[in-house]
Amino acid sequence: MCVKQVPGVSEVRIDPKTNTLVREGVLSIINPNDRNALELALILKEEHKVEVIALSMGPPQAEEVLREALAMGIDKAILLSDKAFAGADTLATSHTLALAIKKVLKEFDSEENYLIICGAQAVDGDTGQVPPELAEELGIPQITYVQNLLLSEDKIIVERKFRATEIVVIETKLPALISVLIDINKPRYPSMAGIMKAYEKANVIYFDSMALNADSSKIGLNGSMTEVKKIFFPERKVNPIMLEGSTEEVVRKLCQYLKDDKIF
Amino acid sequence: MDFSLSEKQKMLKNITRKFAEEFLVPVAKESDAKQELDETAFKKMQEMNYFGACLPEEYGGAGLQNDTIGFSIVVEEISRADAAWGITIAVHNGVAAYPIYKFGTEDQKQNFLEDLAKGNKVGAFCLTEANAGSDAGGVQLTAVKDGDEYILNGTKIFATSGGIAKTLLVVAKTGEKDSRRQMTVFIVDGDTPGYSVGVKEDKLGVRASNTSELVFEEVRVPQENILGNLGEGFKMAMKILDFGRIGIAAQCVGLGQAALEASVKYSNERVQFGKPIGRFQGIQWKIADMACAVESARLFTYKAAYLHDNGEDFGMASSMAKLVASEAAMQAAHGAVQIHGGYGLMKAYPVERYFRDAKMGEIYEGTSEIQRLVIASNLLRKGA
Repeated sequence: MCVKQVPGVSEVRIDPKTNTLVREGVLSIINPNDRNALELALILKEEHKVEVIALSMGPPQAEEVLREALAMGIDKAILLSDKAFAGADTLATSHTLALAIKKVLKEFDSEENYLIICGAQAVDGDTGQVPPELAEELGIPQITYVQNLLLSEDKIIVERKFRATEIVVIETKLPALISVLIDINKPRYPSMAGIMKAYEKANVIYFDSMALNADSSKIGLNGSMTEVKKIFFPERKVNPIMLEGSTEEVVRKLCQYLKDDKIF
Repeated sequence: MDFSLSEKQKMLKNITRKFAEEFLVPVAKESDAKQELDETAFKKMQEMNYFGACLPEEYGGAGLQNDTIGFSIVVEEISRADAAWGITIAVHNGVAAYPIYKFGTEDQKQNFLEDLAKGNKVGAFCLTEANAGSDAGGVQLTAVKDGDEYILNGTKIFATSGGIAKTLLVVAKTGEKDSRRQMTVFIVDGDTPGYSVGVKEDKLGVRASNTSELVFEEVRVPQENILGNLGEGFKMAMKILDFGRIGIAAQCVGLGQAALEASVKYSNERVQFGKPIGRFQGIQWKIADMACAVESARLFTYKAAYLHDNGEDFGMASSMAKLVASEAAMQAAHGAVQIHGGYGLMKAYPVERYFRDAKMGEIYEGTSEIQRLVIASNLLRKGA
């Protein structure tokens, strides 16, 4: 399963001069959606005795989120960390993740029977592109926006959210990739014993670009097709007025405003 | 010298805080009114291993036995949400589970620790009696040898978690002469015939934590349940309390922090005379003093924990921590109620509970006066 370290949303600030995210002093967290992916993986581990490996790409600080994943109960944690990976867009990211997954699958000799679980999207970039791109890189079926899953031996049956209120039930053979929604489950807290184990008994395995035998034109900034031109807060063009009081009062005031502004 | 927490300790803090805000904060007020710990919260606390915090993994614990700073952080964060839960976990670990691990025989560890670690059984430390409070040497509960067993007779009072505890450390008199040298600590199973829970106390603060009278009538305890050595119970009790005080100090730090945070929040929100009251110097000075008190309490607590973990003498440091932290919590809670004005007196705000809870800390596990006595006697004996 894949997990991303993101800045705590409530703390995000943008440097007005450089138009980049201010990362210093900002608490980093596991992308909320990825916690659901983690929880699902852990449920499958408990029910089907499968092995769960968490994969993340990021600077060495991203080790923190993998430690938390270990504390929650995953078996192995791998961090893809290399200066050459920096600046990757979703395409370069999914290519790098795919290389790592292929490497791990080879080591485990389980190229037939595996399931990749991702959070549907990350709160920072919010593209939701990495899971589908990753599935394409791996050449396996993908089902996005999953809100329920049943695993039986070599196949999965999932409920996929479709438009606002509809659900599509899909069955597919493994291997496959799914991306999960936030309402699929309620992620557990790591226990005290889990935290102790994560720091004292477990290791985070590092892969760099050499370990992945990566083609330098397909990773990091070089491998990215997109470029961020500008990042900015939407300009506030009107000053909102907050109305207070009982519903009746508020509605009356609102009608008055609308009349005054000659909206009707 | 390094004041930063390790990554592991940061995660313990962060996770415990989130957990406590989700599962303890919402039920704290109701638990206080009902004088009972919430059942769902209890199960969650078990799942999170808080009952086994200070026990090694081999006995089902979380493995913080050598990381008392980590343990303090955990107790602090739990207490920030609900001081009644804080005292329950501090006592269970500090003066029941950990002492059996630290001083017990392998058989005792095998017999008692796993249930304690999982919270299947709650632990209690039973020293106080009607005539043995600050004067701990005045214990009257007797343990008389009969073959391979000891027969316990007497009554303990004010035992924290007493009414819900199933593993009790009981300080008994095992001889007549100089009482301090004739005391012994027994591990008593709560299901032993002759043992019963008496009056449950209706108290000022930490009301969700059970405080009970415990009655021992012809309670037969096998001699292999003696913790430490026969006749060395007074020393053993003092050693147990030395460690226990770190947990109590941490509980007070968490409570003080909660009072401080509530005050800061309220001072920014409450408008009087056309501005938030936090803009008035009278409020600012209070908040600054509260913050200094809580922070010094935290440092005292971590220092005592550090000394413990490094195998150094920590008895006086833990007395200092408990004294400073309990008084800091009281100061912070007092300030919090004052800052909240009329609202501070009302049950709608948590600060009135903090105020009641804080007063407990200056009394239990050795009053402030007894702590000063311990500190001064240490200094006068060993030099300052």
